[in-house]
Amino acid sequence: MEPDLLRFITCGSVDDGKSTLIGRLLHETRLILDDQAATLARDSRRHGTTGDEVDYALLVDGLQAEREQGITIDVAYRFITTPRRRFIVADTPGHEQYTRNMATGASTADLAILLVDARHGLVTQTRRHSLIVSLLGIRQIVLAVNKIDLVGFDPAVFERIVAEYAQFSAGLGFDAVTAIPLSARYGDNVVARSVRTPWYVGLALLEHLETVQPASQVAQPFRMPVQLVSRPDSEFRGYSGTVAAGGVRVGERVAATAGSSAVARILVAGVEAEAAETGQAVTIALVEPLDISRGDVLTADNAPLERSDQFQARLVWVDARPLSAGRTYWFQIGTALVPGSVTRIRHRIAVNTQEKVSATELAMNDIAVVNVSLQSPVAFAPFAENRMLGGFIIIDRETNATAAAGMIEFALTRAANLTWQPTVIDKAARARLKQQTPVVVWFTGLSGAGKSAIANLVEQKLYARGLHSTLLDGDNVRHGLNRDLGFTPADRVENIRRVAEVATLFLDAGLIVLCCFISPYRAERQMARELVGDGEFIEVFVDTPVEECRRRDVKGLYAKADAGLIRNFTGVSAPYEAPEQPELVLHTSTASADALADQVVARLLGGG
Amino acid sequence: MRYLSYLEAESIHILREVVAQCRLPVMLYSVGKDSSVMLHLAQKAFAPGPIPFALLHVDTGWKFREMIAFRDETARRLGLNLLVHTNEEGRRAGVNPFDSGSSHYTQVMKTEALKQALGAHGFDAAFGGARRDEEVSRAKERIFSFRTASQEWDPKNQRPEFWQAYNGRVKAGESIRVFPLSNWTELDIWAYIQQEEIPIVPLYFAQDHQVVERDGSLIVVHDERMRLAPGEVPQTRRLRFRSLGCYPLTGAMPSDATSIAEIIAEMQAVRTSERGGRLIDRDEASSMEKKKREGYF
Repeated sequence: MEPDLLRFITCGSVDDGKSTLIGRLLHETRLILDDQAATLARDSRRHGTTGDEVDYALLVDGLQAEREQGITIDVAYRFITTPRRRFIVADTPGHEQYTRNMATGASTADLAILLVDARHGLVTQTRRHSLIVSLLGIRQIVLAVNKIDLVGFDPAVFERIVAEYAQFSAGLGFDAVTAIPLSARYGDNVVARSVRTPWYVGLALLEHLETVQPASQVAQPFRMPVQLVSRPDSEFRGYSGTVAAGGVRVGERVAATAGSSAVARILVAGVEAEAAETGQAVTIALVEPLDISRGDVLTADNAPLERSDQFQARLVWVDARPLSAGRTYWFQIGTALVPGSVTRIRHRIAVNTQEKVSATELAMNDIAVVNVSLQSPVAFAPFAENRMLGGFIIIDRETNATAAAGMIEFALTRAANLTWQPTVIDKAARARLKQQTPVVVWFTGLSGAGKSAIANLVEQKLYARGLHSTLLDGDNVRHGLNRDLGFTPADRVENIRRVAEVATLFLDAGLIVLCCFISPYRAERQMARELVGDGEFIEVFVDTPVEECRRRDVKGLYAKADAGLIRNFTGVSAPYEAPEQPELVLHTSTASADALADQVVARLLGGG
Repeated sequence: MRYLSYLEAESIHILREVVAQCRLPVMLYSVGKDSSVMLHLAQKAFAPGPIPFALLHVDTGWKFREMIAFRDETARRLGLNLLVHTNEEGRRAGVNPFDSGSSHYTQVMKTEALKQALGAHGFDAAFGGARRDEEVSRAKERIFSFRTASQEWDPKNQRPEFWQAYNGRVKAGESIRVFPLSNWTELDIWAYIQQEEIPIVPLYFAQDHQVVERDGSLIVVHDERMRLAPGEVPQTRRLRFRSLGCYPLTGAMPSDATSIAEIIAEMQAVRTSERGGRLIDRDEASSMEKKKREGYF
């Protein structure tokens, strides 16, 4: 039986041993041929950076400029064969200025080996590469903790790095992170388990690569972007393309925007077949010809794709000419080529820290979240679901350069198509039914001040009185509605804006809305007050001195912030602006949470 | 997906993308095993229709007779639109592999000839059968590889390439070199030739040849133009070719393999690389990259 294929990339900081690992893998699989070994030895003496030893980097750094400068500029592809599997390895550059080339390599990979030097742990490049790999859709990670020999094969060092990476990578959407302690130089745990790490119970790297299976995909319906229409004679009209998802059989019905038809014939790689599956290059003839051309997508008849001309997308900008929002570019999505523009740069992601930063333009290697507007709608799937249907490139119309790689997150509703829909049942009617006065109670204060604890007690007391309420909590909202936001000033503003909008909707539903948010800036609390309406907004300042919050440190966040692990932490590295005229001030150092909750309830009932 | 099917599907996708995007593509046909596979893939990509582009062979005048015969037979059998181009200026000037030095000879009779032909026809895309496992600079090249109006490659500034979204857009005079076999290895080529029963030039199978040994390579005394150094005496040896080019510059290897299965068995045990037999690749350090920058495939 023919072996199957796994495509992976190697990445990590320059000195973490990437080239040595590839050299070791090629050496152990006997793939460095004799004349190549001789060339390598000769080149090592001439260009090498490893003294008298063979410089494995020269196996992959094949360009003259790379050899002269001793750096990797562009991605190199190597091929490894074992009896169990075939591998296409993309060795990617580490320097930030070549992010575009790293992204090129990552875009076709199923798995990434991320090398970390055991002595140094996670460094900036580790974090940057993790972000890019996640962005380009890789879901399988091998955390290769290299040079384990140089820390005396100490399991504690390994465990510490693994734990730190688990925490760091939690939000990156990886299906699996497999950590392996290894020494690329001496071969420990590269192709076989090492006796020098008896505490490590997992597989050696190559064994893992030979056996790892991609997370099982949810079965998707048939999708095939049409590359070209084949009309060799009047008898035959076929639609050629590569199956992006699902499968199709002769006799099944398929559809495009032009209509639907049963499948008459299928050619898989030019050969007549009964069925086709994902990944195959096919030509499909239909019983009733449809008006279909390049750029259309053939789909299962009962499961059409969403179509839109407005998207939120992530971009990796790869052109020397910066992105101008509003300028017209070509957008190549699947096989469709449509003019369009970036209408808004929502924020840039600082690749080294993952902070969200506001931006008005994008330069080469910048990563950003943007709004895209196309001149005509295209069929698509979110990138997370399907790389072929959700990944796109932006092409500069003047230079024809590939300017960006894009990943569709979701379609945006076109505001121009929206009208305000009046409702017959209004807020007052809903409130009457509940026999209560709807109001928004906004708890503000430092992290750990006691906002959530008091609000919870308030809600219990309201519930006991038969009053209808709901509670919006800062942490919870960031898990869902606002999961795309960080802690930069711009994101904090957006966070509060959205929460205030949601609070208003609940208010309209006739509820008592309890909101617990640090909301450190006066301006954003003012914005919330204005959105909700002055008369229905009660600002409650939970006043706990920062020393007390730090002493309690229920979530352990102050310790991390003091250690510099959390940036922009209110009260430590970001300011908190206390309210000037809150409706209520709760001093937590002089009263119990229960007594303070009673104060809030009294205010609500008294005011109601 | 099994790997040969994967490679086949990827190559067909690439071939179709070029035909859909480019105005006037052409396929470089060198008559070798890689070209045979690429041609076979093109047939499959556009079946049941014909191959929708011409094939171009750059004939230096120093190819093996068997290659030319195979080329013409293949064109007849498949009804191909085959263009053959020779740098007549170079031929008139007497440029040849013995007197001119392999480097100058390659520049004039291969690289210049290729650029003449591509320019004269105005092709905006040209398929080549190069593979990334052949050589370190090829390991770095994109599948759609952009060429300036002077047909040069800038390896430090390649167009980024994402997923299977290839950008074939060029301005007048510029072009794209496309490598549908980028991810195939030498062994994959043989396995696919076996699986698909693809015809190849008989020189790939072991036969008795008259040879001399030069710089560690076995050079076949193929016709009367071959020059022997003083003291060189051709010997008869059983040989086959691993890679085919101009006969005075292409080394053969000792072999008894007379079937594809035997070639594959031999390839699985071999300890030297494929282009080790090509004298032109040894000219100087980074010689392939230099030739490629100048427009060589």
